[in-house]
Amino acid sequence: MGKVLQIQPVTRIEGHARISVHLSDDGNVEDAYMSLMSLRGFEKFIEGRPAEEVPRIVNRICGICPWMHHTASNKAVDGCFGVTPTPTGHKLRELLQVMAHINDKILHFFFLAAPDFVLGPDADYSVRNVIGVVKAAPELASKVVKMRQLGQMMLDRFAGKAIHPIAAVVGGFSKPMLEAERQELLNDTRTLLDFSEYALEFAKENVFSKYMDVIGELGVITTGFLGTVDRADGSFRIYDGTQRLMKADGSYVDFEGEDYLDFLGEHVEPWGYGKMPYAKSWDEGFSLDLDEPKGIYRANTLARLNVCEQMSTPKAQAALEEFRQAFGRPAQATLLYHYARLIELVYACERTIELLEWDGITDTDVRAKVNPGAGRGVGVVEAPRGTLIHDYTTDANGCIESANLIVGTTHNIGPMNMSVKQAATSLIKDGVYDQGILNKVEMAVRAYDP
Amino acid sequence: MGVTTALEWLSSCSGCEIAILNIGEDLVELLTEHLDIVHAPVIMDHKYFGQCGDEGTELEIPEAAVGIVTGGVSNEEHLEVLEEMRKKCKILIALGSCATQGGIPALMNGQDSARSFDEIYQTPSTDEGATRPDQGVPDLLDRTYALDEKVKIDLMLPGCPPNPAHIAELITALLEDREPDLPTKSVCDSCPTRREGKGSVSTVKRYTENAEFDPEKPVGEMRCLLEQGFMCMGPVTAAGCAKRGAPSCIEARVPCRGCFGSVMPKGNQMLDMMNALASNGIDFKSVVDRRSMLRFSGAHGNLRPPRKAAVKEE
Repeated sequence: MGKVLQIQPVTRIEGHARISVHLSDDGNVEDAYMSLMSLRGFEKFIEGRPAEEVPRIVNRICGICPWMHHTASNKAVDGCFGVTPTPTGHKLRELLQVMAHINDKILHFFFLAAPDFVLGPDADYSVRNVIGVVKAAPELASKVVKMRQLGQMMLDRFAGKAIHPIAAVVGGFSKPMLEAERQELLNDTRTLLDFSEYALEFAKENVFSKYMDVIGELGVITTGFLGTVDRADGSFRIYDGTQRLMKADGSYVDFEGEDYLDFLGEHVEPWGYGKMPYAKSWDEGFSLDLDEPKGIYRANTLARLNVCEQMSTPKAQAALEEFRQAFGRPAQATLLYHYARLIELVYACERTIELLEWDGITDTDVRAKVNPGAGRGVGVVEAPRGTLIHDYTTDANGCIESANLIVGTTHNIGPMNMSVKQAATSLIKDGVYDQGILNKVEMAVRAYDP
Repeated sequence: MGVTTALEWLSSCSGCEIAILNIGEDLVELLTEHLDIVHAPVIMDHKYFGQCGDEGTELEIPEAAVGIVTGGVSNEEHLEVLEEMRKKCKILIALGSCATQGGIPALMNGQDSARSFDEIYQTPSTDEGATRPDQGVPDLLDRTYALDEKVKIDLMLPGCPPNPAHIAELITALLEDREPDLPTKSVCDSCPTRREGKGSVSTVKRYTENAEFDPEKPVGEMRCLLEQGFMCMGPVTAAGCAKRGAPSCIEARVPCRGCFGSVMPKGNQMLDMMNALASNGIDFKSVVDRRSMLRFSGAHGNLRPPRKAAVKEE
C-alpha cells in the first residue's frame, strides 16, 4: 500500500487547510486534495439578529478582508429595508473598501508570498518567511512594513477601526469626512501610489521574469472566470457593477447579483468543510477532472483582470495592456495571480485618489432615512479573494430570517484542488520528494491567497 | 537568540494576527532581535507532521518559552492544538476575545448547533442532497469554548481585535520580566463624550439613524450615546480599544457593542447591561434581541440554546 503525505497546516495562507497527497506503491501521485478544516456557521447564527447589526458581526468572517464583508452586508441590508444610501454614503463606503484592498495586496504579496521568490522555493523552512525577507532584503522590507502600516492607519484614523469596521451603516455611513481628513488621505494615498508602481516594477524584474518557467508550469489549469464589471462599459469594478461569468474560451454572460442563484451552485464533497461554488448555468455539472473540468471557474485577481474590458484608471490600464500582450485574455497560469494582484494594487491607489478628489466626498448628507422591515437584499462586492455574495431575508421587525453567503475564497476551492493535484503529480515522481518540492505544491495554493 | 515563541490560531478570523502586524515598525525589531518564532502557521512553514508530512500521526509543535493562541475552541483539532501548545509553552497567552470569552463564533452556542451546522449544507445555492462533510475533517465540539475552559491560561488580552499597543506592551513586559501595564476599567471610563445626566430617555433605540454630533468638533463634545437613547455597551465592556483618546467605535460616532468582553473575565455582559439600563429607568423590554449583547462573550456557558429548541415545530 502507498502512503499519504499530510501537509498540515498549509502555511502562509489566511485560514486552516490541509493538503493530502496520496502516493501509490511506486511513489507516484494517485490523488491529492486540499481540504478546508474549519466551520463556524455565520449563516445560521446571524438569524434573529437585527439586520442593521449584521454588518458589524459578519466582518468577523475574515480579519484580513473585514471591509468587504462589511460593505457587502450593508448593501444586502439596504435591500432588505428598501433604502438607497445617499450618494456620499455610497462613495464613502466604496472609498474605504478600495483603501482596504491596498493593504491586503501589500500583505499578501510581500508578507506571505514573497518569501518563496525572494529566498527561493527550496530555501529551508526556518528562513523561508517574512523574517527571512527582512534579513535578506532589509531595505525592501522596511519600505513594505511602512507602506502596509500607512494603509492600515489611514483606515483606522478615519473610520475608528481598520480591523472589524463599524463605520459603514445601512443607508450610508456613520460620519462625514472633513476637508482636513480628505487632504491627509490624499497625501498618504499619493505615497502609496508611488510605492505601488515601485512594487509592480520590482516584481516584474525580480519575480515574474526570473520565475517565468515556474509560472508557465506550476499549478496551471484551464478554467472559466468570475468577476465584477461596470454595467455601462465593462470596466474593472470592485464595489458595484454587474457580475460577469466567463468561459475558458473567453465567451461570457453578465448577470445582476440578485440573480446569482440562477447562475451559481455550491457543490459539497465529504472531505472538506468548504463548499465549492460552480457555474450551474453552464449545465454541465461539477467535476475537478484536470483534463475535462466541469462547471469550474476561478475568482480573485486574475479572474477580475480577465473578465474586464479595461481598467478605468490610467496607470492600471497601461499595466493591464502590457499584461495582456504577454499572457493573452483570458490568462490561465496560476502564478499570474500574483502579477494581477499588483496591477490591482495600482488600481486601488488610483481609484482611492479619484474618490477623494470627488467634490461630494465631504458632503454631510451621509446616511439616508432607514425603516427596518421585511424584505430581501443581495449585496455583492469584490473581496480580495473573489466575488462576495451576502443574501439576507428579514422579518417584519427587520431581523434576519434567513441568510445565504458565498464567500470569496470558496470560489477557488475547486480550482485550488485542481492546481494542487496538477502540481503534486508533475513534481513528485517515483517516491522522490522533499520539503522544497512540497513547498512548491503549497505555492500553487498560495497564489490564490486563500 | 531571542525568546522562543509559538503562535497558533483556532476558531478565528486572523484579525488578531493583523492586529499583531499593526504594531508596525516596532514589530520588525521585536521579530528580528527579541523573539525567535519557532511555529506560526500564518507566517512560517513549520508543519505538524514533519516538514514532509510523513512523520507520525500525533501533531507536534516545538517547545517555546511563550505561546500565543487566538480563537476559541470549537472542534477536535482546535483542542488537540491547544493541548499541545499548553504542553510545549511555558507561558500561554489567550489573545483576542474569541480566546478569552468565545467571541463572535460562540454566537452558535445560542442555537442547537448540530442542527444549524447541518443546515449550512442545505442553503438555496447548495446542491440538493448535500450533507455535512465528515471524512477527515475535525469533528465539531458541542459548543465553542474559551481557552481557559480547556487548559490553564497564564495571561489574557481581549479585544476584537486587540489593541496593537497592548500586544506590544504585553510582549515587552514579558521580555523585561515585569507585570504588563494594561487597562482594568470599562469602555465608559475611557470615553470622553459629554455626560449631562439621565434626562428623559426611557427606552433604547436601534442604531438605524446616526448619532447627533457636530463633525467639526472633537468626540469629547458629542453627548454620550446612551444619553442620546442608543444602546451602547460601554458601561459593561472592558476598556482597551481606545487608540486616540476615545473608544474606537465612539471615534466613528457609533455605539459600542462590547467587543472586549466583560470587565470581569467571566462576567455576563447581558445581565450587567440589563441591570445598568433598569437602574437608569430604561425599560429593558425595548432592547431588540437581548442575546446579541453576548455576541462577544458567549463562552463560559453564557449563551445556551433556547430550552425548547429540541421540540420546536416538527
